[in-house]
Amino acid sequence: MLGALIIVFREVIEAGLIVGIVMAATRGVIGRSRWITIGIGGGVLGASIVAMFAGAISDAFQGAGQELFNASVLGVAVIMLMWHNAWMARHGREIADEMRRVGAAVSEGAKPLTALAIVVGLAVLREGSEVVLFLYGIMASGTSGAALVVGGFLGIAAGAAFTALTYFGLLAIPNRHIFSVTSWLIALLAAGMAAQAMQFLNSAGLVVALDRPLWDTSWLLSEKSIFGRLLHTLIGYTDRPTEMQLIVYIATLVGMFLLMRVARYSPRERVPAAAE
Amino acid sequence: MRSVLVAIGVAGLLTVGAAAAWADDYVLTIKDHRFTPADIKVPANQRVAITVINEDATPEEFESNSMKVEKVIAGKSKGVVRIGPLKPGRYPFIGEYNEATAKGVVIAE
Repeated sequence: MLGALIIVFREVIEAGLIVGIVMAATRGVIGRSRWITIGIGGGVLGASIVAMFAGAISDAFQGAGQELFNASVLGVAVIMLMWHNAWMARHGREIADEMRRVGAAVSEGAKPLTALAIVVGLAVLREGSEVVLFLYGIMASGTSGAALVVGGFLGIAAGAAFTALTYFGLLAIPNRHIFSVTSWLIALLAAGMAAQAMQFLNSAGLVVALDRPLWDTSWLLSEKSIFGRLLHTLIGYTDRPTEMQLIVYIATLVGMFLLMRVARYSPRERVPAAAE
Repeated sequence: MRSVLVAIGVAGLLTVGAAAAWADDYVLTIKDHRFTPADIKVPANQRVAITVINEDATPEEFESNSMKVEKVIAGKSKGVVRIGPLKPGRYPFIGEYNEATAKGVVIAE
């Protein structure tokens, strides 16, 4: 039972971390619970569908379907995170001001919520499909019985508790700084995802240039340990990054900050009320 | 927004044609949550494709941190795992869903 709990927990925490950050990043925005719930629900549904068609996805594109699918999911999530951060760079200050003034929720966040709901959905879908497959395997084999299934579901519960922990931890950050902190977190999240997508493209045999590992820190912190997994999701920690991964990581960060800069210095910032 | 997604999809489809040229001379079979053979020799410093055949009814995830591979192989199905170029050495892999029994090593030499 403990084994099943751990396997499920370590898949769930990666998605849980992302959900916790997204919840903190949308603090005080009206309708965000609904959007995040839609994201999680859609992700669970998607995960079940992906698990059901795991064989077909895997067989697609000369057997590289699964890698391409993962790379695409990550790629879309990176674009959504960039969109969110650009939007926040433009409107974040107004929202923070409004929150201070009325001390309550504001409704201006309607736009990035779709982006973040998609990010939540994709994170749940990616990690969730592995959980679904694992639990299905247990149930189908029958011999190992109910204890493992209970362990699996306890793992999901532990993951949800971890999400709450992330969220309330981030809530400790004062209102004034919350959006700049979450913007940083989202930028690092996106860079890590982009680097991971590169690795999937490499496994698919599509991008094979610059694929030598630059260094190996697995002796110090394995990417597969719980802490390693957390850092992997949070900042894209990889114990054997390739040259291409490092390039993509840095390029994503630079791209993100340029985009936020452009968004911030737009002349439209002068007319806050008229903004979309 | 939708046009972005379509563009990504189209780009994905266009680039996929290049993925074909991989020799898969190496075969691993999963049965009763064990790999056969449990160790597999591959040439060092080359890209290698290993076909993993899952004869069990349940899915398995072929995973190796040292080779940077994670791949789900559905029950009664097969999948291709692309690795390398590897420096000479031993690279352990596991079946993540049945870690106790599903273990093996890729030996690059």
